[in-house]
Amino acid sequence: MIDCLDTIADYGLRSLGYGERLLPRSDFTLCQQVTLIGSGMIWNVYFGLLALISGFGLATVVAVGKASNKRWARKPAEWFIFLFRGSPLFIQFFFGYFLFLSLKQVSPAFDAFASAWAGALVVLFLNTAAYTGEIFYGALQSVPKGDQEAAEAYGLTGWRKFRRITWPTMLRLAWPAYTNEAIFLFHATTLVFFTGFPAVQQKGDALYYASYFADKTFNPFVPYPILAGFFILLTLCIIAIMGAVNRRLNRHLPQAATRRPRLLPQIIR
Amino acid sequence: MRRGHLTIFACTDPETLSGLNWLICYLTTGKHLLFYAAFGTVLLLLAITAPAAMAFGFGGAMAARSRIAPLRWFGKGYIAVVRGVPDIAFFLFFVIALDQGIEYVRHKIKCPDWDQPVRQGSDFLVCQAAKMPLGNSPQWVHESYGFALAVLTFAIVFGAFAANVLFGAMAAVPRGQVETAEAYGMTARQTFWRITVPQMWIYALPGLGNLWMVLIKATPLLFLLGVEDIVYWARELGAAKTPRFTDYPHPDWRMWYFLALLVFYLAFTRVSEIVLARLTRRLSHGQATAGGEAMRRAQA
Repeated sequence: MIDCLDTIADYGLRSLGYGERLLPRSDFTLCQQVTLIGSGMIWNVYFGLLALISGFGLATVVAVGKASNKRWARKPAEWFIFLFRGSPLFIQFFFGYFLFLSLKQVSPAFDAFASAWAGALVVLFLNTAAYTGEIFYGALQSVPKGDQEAAEAYGLTGWRKFRRITWPTMLRLAWPAYTNEAIFLFHATTLVFFTGFPAVQQKGDALYYASYFADKTFNPFVPYPILAGFFILLTLCIIAIMGAVNRRLNRHLPQAATRRPRLLPQIIR
Repeated sequence: MRRGHLTIFACTDPETLSGLNWLICYLTTGKHLLFYAAFGTVLLLLAITAPAAMAFGFGGAMAARSRIAPLRWFGKGYIAVVRGVPDIAFFLFFVIALDQGIEYVRHKIKCPDWDQPVRQGSDFLVCQAAKMPLGNSPQWVHESYGFALAVLTFAIVFGAFAANVLFGAMAAVPRGQVETAEAYGMTARQTFWRITVPQMWIYALPGLGNLWMVLIKATPLLFLLGVEDIVYWARELGAAKTPRFTDYPHPDWRMWYFLALLVFYLAFTRVSEIVLARLTRRLSHGQATAGGEAMRRAQA
C-alpha cells in the first residue's frame, strides 16, 4: 500500500513531465500500470475538453452557414463539413502533422503546432466542429415553425430571435446527439500519439502508456482492461455532465418528454 | 512521329530526367507500385470485413434477444463493452490477444507434455510446433496471417456495432407482423427467419450505411496492426530521400502523400454516400414506412 503511494507520487503526473524521469522497465506492478495509464488520461481529458469547448463555437457558425440560403455562406460550410466528416481522423492527424512540419520551415510561428499539445488540438477542434456542425445543422432544420412564428409575433427579429429562440431550441434538440459526439471525441483523442505527433520524453496519453506496458510485458490482458476501465469512468462522467445540461435545457418542458442521451453508432472518424 | 521520347521514358537514368518525365518515372518505381497495390489491400479488407462483421453482428443481435439468459447477457455485454471503449484500444488489444490465444490453443494440442508455464514474467513461451505461423514458413504466410488477424479484429469490433444496429432493426419490425405469424401457427424460429429477418433490412439500412462509412474511415488503422497498408507506404515513400540511397532524391513530401490519401478517402466516402442513397430508394419502394409512402404519393 505504501509502495503504491510512492508509485503515485512518482508517476501520477508523469504524462506532464513531473516526477520520475524513467518509466518502469521491469517487474511491472499493477499499481504502476494503473497510475501511469491514469496519468495519461490527463492528456485525453485535455484534448477532449478544449476541442469540445472551442469546437462548439465554430460548430454553431458552420451550422448557421450551412442552413443559410446565401451561397457564399452555405458552400464553404458544406465543404468544411464534407472535408472533415468524409475523411478518417487518423489521416487528418497525419496530414495536419506533416503540414505543420512544413509550415515550421517557413515561419517559427508554427513551432508549437508541430507538437501534440497545440497541433493535435487544432485538428481535433476542426474535426469536432465539422461533426457537431452537422448535428447542429440537423437540429436547426427541425426547430418548430411555430416557435419561429411566435417569436416574430412578439417582435423578435434577426440576432435577437436567433439568440433567444432559435439557438436554445437548436441546442435542446441537438443535445442527445451532441452527447454522443462528446463521448466519441474523447475516444478519438487516443489516436493523437499514434499519428506522428511525438510523445516527447515519453509524455503520452493513456493509450500510449497502455501500449507501452503491453509491448514490454507482452501481456495485453492487464493494461488494456485498465484503460477500458478509465474510459468507461470518463464516459459515465460525460453522460452525467451532459445529462445535467440536458435537464437544464429542457427544464421548461413537461419532464416525462425529455429524451435521455443514448450511445449511437458513430464511432471512428 | 517523335518516337525519340519513348527512350527518355525508359527511366533507366533518372538523373537526366526532368519535369513531367521525371515525375512519371518516379511515380512508377517498384515501391510506388507496392503503394498502389496497398489500396487493393484496403479494398480487400473492406470486402472481407463487411460480411464478416455482418455475421458477427447477426450472431450478436440473435444472442442479445435470446430467451436463454446467459446467452442474452453475453450478447448485450459484447455490444456494450465494445461500444464503450475507444475502438483503437480494442484493435491493439485483440491483435495481441488473438495471436496469443491461437498459439496457446495450438500449444495445448500439439505439445501436451510441456511442463513449463506459458507465461513467464514478460515472456510468452509456447513450443516451436505451436508457433503461428511456423518459424520456417515463407514471408507471404506471415503477411497473410497478420492480415487475417487484422480482419478478425475488425470483424469483432464492427460486429458489435452491427449487432446493435440489427438488434434495433429486429425490434423495429411491426409487432403486428410477428403476431400474425404466430396466429398462423408458426414457431418462434419460423417467425424469426420468415417474417422478422426479411423485413428488418429497411430499418437496418440507415444504421448499416453509417457503419459502412465508419468502417471505410477505420481502414487506415490497419497501419497500427502491423499491415503494410497505404499509411505505411505514404510515410515510407514521402520521407526525405538523399541521393545516396535512391535514384529519385526529394525533400520531405509526406504532406503531399497524405493529401493524396485524404482525397482518396473523400472520393470513396462520397461515392458510397451516393450508392447508399440509391439503395435506400430501392429498398423503400413499396414499404410501409415514411420513405415508401412518400414515393407512392409522388407516383400517384
